Amino acid sequence: MSDPAAPVLSVRDLVTRIGGNAVVDGVSFDVAPGEVVALVGESGSGKSLTALSVMGLLPAAARAAAGSVRLEGEELLSAPERRLRRIRGQSLSMIFQEPVASLNPLMRVGEQVAESLVVHGRAGRAEAQARAVEMLARVGIPDPAARARQYPAELSGGMCQRVMIACALISEPRLLIADEPTTALDVTIQAQILTLMKRLRADFGTAILIITHDMGVVADIADRVCVMYGGRIVETGTAEEIFARPSHPYTRLLLSTIPRLSGARKELLRSIEGSVPDVSDWPEGCRFRSRCPLAQEDCAQVPPHVPVAGQPGHTAACLHLERIGEMT
Amino acid sequence: MSAAAQGLRERLTGRRRGPGSRAVLPFLAIFAAFVLIALLAPLIAPNDPNSQNLMGRLKAPGVTARNITYWLGSDELGRDLVSRLIWGARISLSVAVLSVALSGVVGTVLGMAAATARGWVETVIMRLVDVFLSIPAVLLAIITVAVLGPGFTNVVIVLALTRWPRYARVAYGQTLSVANMPYVRLARFMGASMPRILFIHILPNIIGAITVVATLEFGLMVLFEAGLSFLGLGVQPPTASWGAMLSVGRNYVGSAWWISAFPGLCLFLLVLSVNLIGDHLRDRLDPKSR
Repeated sequence: MSDPAAPVLSVRDLVTRIGGNAVVDGVSFDVAPGEVVALVGESGSGKSLTALSVMGLLPAAARAAAGSVRLEGEELLSAPERRLRRIRGQSLSMIFQEPVASLNPLMRVGEQVAESLVVHGRAGRAEAQARAVEMLARVGIPDPAARARQYPAELSGGMCQRVMIACALISEPRLLIADEPTTALDVTIQAQILTLMKRLRADFGTAILIITHDMGVVADIADRVCVMYGGRIVETGTAEEIFARPSHPYTRLLLSTIPRLSGARKELLRSIEGSVPDVSDWPEGCRFRSRCPLAQEDCAQVPPHVPVAGQPGHTAACLHLERIGEMT
Repeated sequence: MSAAAQGLRERLTGRRRGPGSRAVLPFLAIFAAFVLIALLAPLIAPNDPNSQNLMGRLKAPGVTARNITYWLGSDELGRDLVSRLIWGARISLSVAVLSVALSGVVGTVLGMAAATARGWVETVIMRLVDVFLSIPAVLLAIITVAVLGPGFTNVVIVLALTRWPRYARVAYGQTLSVANMPYVRLARFMGASMPRILFIHILPNIIGAITVVATLEFGLMVLFEAGLSFLGLGVQPPTASWGAMLSVGRNYVGSAWWISAFPGLCLFLLVLSVNLIGDHLRDRLDPKSR
């Protein structure tokens, strides 16, 4: 990529299999220091499995079969579990979708925030507690000292997500993986959490890999976007580029499903015809051709990523980029 | 959040007192009275429970013989029933407490181990649980006592041996469900060690359900001890045990009903109060299992 600094996370040709099916099929992307990259796609596009492969948290049935995942140059896929354990909670953190369920209901909030420091022996009890309180203040929790002594049930959902973020960032990780971090929250809280994540990214210089299906979230926070379909990245580029010039037919359709305030009033909400086919029914070649309005005979070949005219770093995997204008 | 945890929180913070929480108070009082009597037995028993008085055999309640007033009558050897009942409470409660503690700890550890280790460890432990649960507990207890011999310690061991599978099964199921909660997955992801996950993240969240099993088992343990003693396989004479007293009284039930009636009444009151307290705790701590 154009960024001169070495990437924090570098994923190359990752293949993750469940049974005989490659549900993640040759995914490559980089996350630069301090950058926010969004993995976007529908359910079944492989975005969550990509994230789980990176974290080494795949369900028992799935296996990262090929490719490489490097965090600051260190290969994670072949790393022993003990090494992974040190990496996680130090240079790699994550936040889950369900903030309330992600907190132990019988553990005080402060202790949970301090946990990764205590577990890795990087601070004594008292110091860890003090830093937890400080961290709670930084994620915008009022009266942090009192809150630290409370239990999660005494906090609201948005507050719990702030606590989760505090848990994830207290170890000052290089990379934060956020799996649908705002899905369970209502819209105003979503906006607050995204604002908070942007601010903390600036404060800590933490790179963020965010997994989402919500284009609103992408527009709000992401520097770069990887659009996934059928286990592959079909288009990647800066967020501005993707929104201004979506070049893959799938991206185009995905963006056209966002309701607009300016549209005709009586217009029905747009949707993409059909649904993501089951992994065993994925077509040969371009995976999107079964739903693509521009599909032709030659789409049965796997389309390579080609640069979109004149835009560095913006590529799309489609053989018919020049016909994108035919879509409405 | 698990319902058990929520229940515990409500109990701790005193919020949302459910209806009917008053109804359990009299039974709590009865249970507390039994506990006090058992603890203070040497101080409050009017007579030596084992001192025989052949002139005062089979006296009816309220009768005085040889300067001793038998408020609840005397047995076939002229021993004071009040004193024997008081000392019997000690036996009943201590057997129940010890066997519940022992089986609870063993069962919980094995259940958590099975749920954590999976694989062949899980198979061995849980199939063993199935085997133990498929044998009638009383039969198993009788056979084991027959092998080990009767006596206080052996009764406790036998009861623990027959009852741990109940706890193991609950601990196993609860651990499996809690282990899949995002906070446990997250703790594991963050590099927390296995003991830390088990004791800090899982155990506190399953202890509510195990407590419910323990209280319900407690009443059963009181009955089991009485049953074994009734059969002569429990605590040995002359030590006072309600079950043994019932058994002796059976021979005189036509002429001296009080010998078996009062131990029976004590058993009834104790077990009833424990079970009602257990039901109440279950509603509070683990409403789902209703």
